[in-house]
Formats: sequence, C-alpha cells, structure tokens
Amino acid sequence: MALQRLSFRLRQTVTHARSLHGSGCGHQLEALAGEPEPQHEPLQVFRTQENDPACHSENHLGQYYTLPPDHPRTLFPHGLPPRFQLQTKTFTEGCVMVRQPALEVISHLRRADYSKPALRYVFYGVKGSGKTMSLCHAVHYCASQGWLVLHIPDAHRWVKNCKELLPSTYNSSRFDQPIQASNWLRNFRITNEHFLSKMTTRQRYVWTKRESTEEGRPLAELVDQGVTRVKSSSDVVGALMKELKLQTADPELQGLRVAVAVDGINALWGRTTLKKEDKSPVAAEELTLVHNLRKLVKNDWCGGAIITTLAQTGSLYTPSSAYLPYELLGEEGFNTMEPFVPVPVSDYSEKEFESCYLYYLNRNWLQHPHSRTEEGKKELIFLSNRNPSLLDRLCAFL
Amino acid sequence: MAASRGRTVGSLIWRCGSCCDNGNIVSSSLSSQVKVFSRQVSLSAAVHRKNLAAAGPEKFSEEFIKKQVEEFNIGKRHLANMMGEDVENFTQEDIDRSIAYLFPSSLFDKKARPLMKHPDEIFPRQRAVQWGADRRPFHFLFYTGKQSYYNLMHDTFARVLAAEKQQDRLRARSLLPEPSKKSSLGGSRWLFKEELEELLVETISDYDYQRFLQLVMRLQERGSSGEEDFLLSLRRRLEVQSSRQEVPPLQVDEQGHSYSTAEGRRKSATGSVVLTDRGSGDVIINGSLCHHYFTVLQDREQLMFPLVFTGVLGRFNVRCSVAGGGHSSQAGALRLALSRALLSFLSQGQVENMRQAGLLTPDPRVRERKKPGQEGARRKFTWNKR
Repeated sequence: MALQRLSFRLRQTVTHARSLHGSGCGHQLEALAGEPEPQHEPLQVFRTQENDPACHSENHLGQYYTLPPDHPRTLFPHGLPPRFQLQTKTFTEGCVMVRQPALEVISHLRRADYSKPALRYVFYGVKGSGKTMSLCHAVHYCASQGWLVLHIPDAHRWVKNCKELLPSTYNSSRFDQPIQASNWLRNFRITNEHFLSKMTTRQRYVWTKRESTEEGRPLAELVDQGVTRVKSSSDVVGALMKELKLQTADPELQGLRVAVAVDGINALWGRTTLKKEDKSPVAAEELTLVHNLRKLVKNDWCGGAIITTLAQTGSLYTPSSAYLPYELLGEEGFNTMEPFVPVPVSDYSEKEFESCYLYYLNRNWLQHPHSRTEEGKKELIFLSNRNPSLLDRLCAFL
Repeated sequence: MAASRGRTVGSLIWRCGSCCDNGNIVSSSLSSQVKVFSRQVSLSAAVHRKNLAAAGPEKFSEEFIKKQVEEFNIGKRHLANMMGEDVENFTQEDIDRSIAYLFPSSLFDKKARPLMKHPDEIFPRQRAVQWGADRRPFHFLFYTGKQSYYNLMHDTFARVLAAEKQQDRLRARSLLPEPSKKSSLGGSRWLFKEELEELLVETISDYDYQRFLQLVMRLQERGSSGEEDFLLSLRRRLEVQSSRQEVPPLQVDEQGHSYSTAEGRRKSATGSVVLTDRGSGDVIINGSLCHHYFTVLQDREQLMFPLVFTGVLGRFNVRCSVAGGGHSSQAGALRLALSRALLSFLSQGQVENMRQAGLLTPDPRVRERKKPGQEGARRKFTWNKR
C-alpha cells in the first residue's frame, strides 16, 4: 500500500504523466521500482529497459522493449511484417511489445527437453492480432540463446505469384522455384553466418554433371552454391534442411539447437494459384520447396523447436472469417501437424492498449489534438476494437 | 336511397377528379381567371346569373357550393350507415378511414387518392361580387385593385397611430409601463405570404408582403396590450418539434439492467438495435463483432456518431441485427435505430440536440428509377450527330 501511494505521488509530479486504468497499476509497480530516476527523463511506464528476450517475464507484460539497431538487419532481414518495418524507419527505433502468447512460448522453450522430438507451437488468432510479431519475439529469444534460426517469412509467397516454374532436376514430377529459393537462401545466410562456417556437410551432393559439393565442406559453401547457381537453389534448400536434421541428431553437436519459424504454415497444405503449362493447377505437394518444408516440419528430429503461425491474410481460397487451426490447416494439415501446442493470440487487453496509446503519444504519432483527450481514446477503442493492426492503421492518419 | 347513394358516390369521384390543392393553386387560379365571379347577391338572380355565367368559367356559384355541402352531409350519413357506425358523431377522421377502407389505393401521391372532405376545404374560397346593382363598388378601396390588402394595412396603421398616441399620453403623465417581454406572442411566427394571400383571397406581391411585415412588427414593438388579439390572428403557432419524437419505452431485463429497442431504415436496409445499460461498450452485429462486420472505417464511424455526440461511448452494450441493402445503407439504418433507442436514456434537451444534429431524421433518398429513352435515371444516351 505504501509503495502504491509513493509511486502514485511520483506519477503525479512528473510532467508527462497520464491517467492509467486501475487494472494496470498492479503490474506497473514492479517496473516502476526498477526504472531509472525519473528526474532525468519523463517517466515512461510503457517501456522497459530489459532488451534481452530471455529476461522478459510477467512483469514486463504490455511494455515495449527496443530491438538493438543492427538486429532488424541481421536477425530479421525478411522476417518482420512490412508495416512494422515502415514504423521502425519512421520512429528510428524498433520497439516490440511484450505480450502473453510470446512469453508462453518462450517459457516452454526454456523448459523443453531437447532430447525428445521437436515441439510444434502454432500461433493462431483473428486477423491483425499480432501473430507475426509474437513469432518474431520468439525468434529473437532463440537467436539470443545462440540457436540456429530457420525463418521462413511467409510461406504463402512460395505458393503464389511465381513467375518461373522449372521442372525439378532431382525429381521430374516436382517443380522448382529458383527466384524464391535463392532469395531465401541469401537472407538465411545473413542471419546465420557464424553457424554456417562451423558446420560441415555429411553427404555428397551432385548438382549438375560438373558441379558437386563434397562431404565435409562447410555449409556456407552449400549456401553460396544455391545463391550463385540459381537453377539448383531449390534443391540446395532441400539439402540444407536435410543436413540440419542430420546434424541435430548428431551426438557431437549437443549444443546445437535449431529453431524453425514458419509464418503462414497453412500455405503448405492449401491450394496454390500456380499453373502448369497445360493450365492444370499445381498441387502444393508438387513444389520442391513445399515438399522439403513439410518434411522439416514433421517432428521426427530432436534438438529444436518448430514455431509457426497461421495466416489468413495471404491464404488462398479460405474465407476471411476463418482463423481457427482446423479451418485454416484443413484436414490433412491438421493431422500432419498434430500434436502441436496451440497458442491463441488475441486483441490488445486494456493494459496493452493503454501501453500502445502511450507509445504513440510519446513518438508524436497521434497529431490530432482530439486524440490526446479521453474521448478521443474512447473513440479509438470503439473504432479499432483494440485490434492491433486496425489501431495502427487508424493512428496512421491521425 | 340507391339513387341518392349513387349520386353521392358519383359526386365523390367527381370531386376527387376535380379537386385542387387548397394552398398555392388558389392564387394562380384566381389570378388566371377574371376577378369577377358568378356568385350573385342581388335580387334579380335569374337574369344576372345567366349574364355572368357567360362572362367567366362558371363552376363554383354560391348555390352550387350550398348544394355540395348538402350532398356532403347526406353522403357522410350514408357512409356512416354503410360502415355501421354512429351516424350522428361521424368525424372527418372516421370519414378518411372509411374511404381508405372502401377505396384502397396504392398510388404513391397521397393527393391522387380518393378523398371525401367538406366542400369548404376542397373548393377555393372566392370573393363575392364587389359591386351592386348600380355597378358602383361597395368598398372604397376597390379601385386600388387589392382592396383587402390595403384595408388591412390601413387598419393596422390606425392601430399603430392609436398605440403611439396612447404611449405619448402615458409618457406625458410619466406612467409609462415597464417594457415587458411579449410572452403571449412567443412560440408563434408571422403568416407566410401564401397564408396571407389565402386570408385575403387576393394576390399580393413580395414587396407588399414585406411592407405588411414591417407594419405589423412596428405595431408589435409599440407593445400595447389591446392589440394582442389582433396580432395573434396574424400569427401561427410553432409546433415544438422535439415533442413529436416517439421515445421507445424503457424495459428491464432479468439482471436488472434497463434496455430499449428501436428500428431504423435506410434505402432498402432495415436494422434493429437493443441498447443495454451498464455495459462495456461492446457492439455486436448479426452475431459478429463490429470491426469484422463493417470492414470499412466509415461505417464504424457512422455507428459511433450517436454515442459520441451524446457522450455515452463506453456505457452501453449494443446488439444489432440488420438485413438488406449494402454496407453503407446498413450502417445508416443502424445509426438511425441507435439514435432512436438512445432517446429513452436522454433528457429533453439532449433529444432536441440530437434532432437538430439530424440523427433522428430518416434519410428519404431512395434509388431513382431508370427512365425509358435514357441510359439511367439521369444519364442520357450518347448524343450522335447523325
């Protein structure tokens, strides 16, 4: 009680103090006690200084932590949602909110037994509720723990809008997507450079009559092969995935953990918009990338985790009101993914909304004078119904 | 009996076909016709009637009107008999109801439907012949052309002069009463030009009307107590608009929260809203959330406007159901329904504010029909020179 009264007085004396909901007070107290002196800068209850995802806990729920400036470029070259990238550029800082679903997955990751087969986590929720951001938070945690991260930003990009479809060299019934595969390999290399130079191949791969990768060569060479020789890039991706699965099973590399992060996993079992030359539709199975990814996502390997999200936004031929795993994955996908840990991601709670609102105010993003009043806040709540993406789009023109 | 009934019905239909609007057409019909009418006052009725009948279009002689009135009264009694109701106390509302029942019509224009009204309401008022047997006019202002108007102006001016004289006398004796508020003339407005024309049974110009208003306001300023009846006869009561709003009744549900229901329509969409008090500001439309049903921001803003205007944004729970039309018209229908449902929770002043903001007015715009020979309602086909 005394601490509550003290912090309340502190809040009142500071210039930029805002009125908070009563429900948020309990959680804010511990964070307030850990804040630096409020005399130097205005008290920012929506921020936390704890930038390491490993140390995030229930105390930091609803608060923003800052991504170090080089992380978006190295860790997430392709992983962050485009709107968030724009926001990072505008605000000159990347701030991610600590939310319950991500914390749940991180706590599971901390306590999981990695000698058992990999656990699968699926973020699901309505459109715009923050699934991709939660995924990025979890991936940041994995990267900070020194894991190897295989991040596929949007699996839907592999099943639609492909200009070139080559018949695969390895298996003639399948199709290759050279551009997508080489792009992905390039980004993968940026993320995991330090791993690739240490790990070596276990097998010999023959790409064409003249080119092959011998056993024992570093994986970096394999990836370079895929980036430079675009034609065989899809097969390189497949080979890479196989290698990683083998290496996690290797008893010598006990410390190696692999995180497979896939955004929009329901693309793997959905329909595609690609067509063969005789205008017949291509099934998802017939794409090399999809085929290999399905093998990776199957939980027959240990020493890692598979974190995925469902996405309705880019999905094809699904109703826009569908968001549950069974609806989006389909029967086949659901049976393949079983068993998995479903993690629901909902819209902002009152405290989280408060935090987001304060953040926008702090960044001077809400220019309209009415939006700074109580009625303006109520209007924002009504119009966006506390949905994160709706709120973001709404505030963009205020 | 049958013959008279037939005559009544026949006269009904004849009246329906030839009835004219009481308001504007009076002046135009009067101005188009010759000022002299065929109603005779003098004794040698037969001779003069024939002459004047030849002079102008004979329709509404005084005898004719008297006959019509008799027929109307008899017809009224027959109608009451037919409907099996009380013959003696058959009011105009009962007549309208019975006619609507016996002659159902789906015509859109209400004035085109069969009607049975007292002849005084149907036939325009006419003036009697203004001169006597020796062809000298009765009124001294006859040759001005607008005798009633100038008569009224002279009368009013005389009163103004009298009021000024009275005030001078009182001022001389220092018994001038305090200028009090003219409360008896509040809540009313001056006659419009059309109403004045109707009163005087003659046409006046805009300039005449302006002069009339100036004179009458001058009399009002003098503030004399004796002239109030005269002034009131030249004014019309203003209806208080907000008192005509139908406020839906406030009901109480099982948990003790009060709620109200209302409906609204816009174009071809109908919506109904249940507003529950002491809620958390949820909005549910046809079972799904507001931002899932109305994807467009504009529709959500439309729904938000009544709540923001009255300042009750987080207080109510809203359950809506809507069907028909497109998303915009559904949003408009729900907005109207929501405003109506809010009325039972608001004070009179807030109701008036809402009415003035236009929240309680149903939007009358509907889709205009496509006409033949044109591509759309207004768009014509491309004009080709050849």
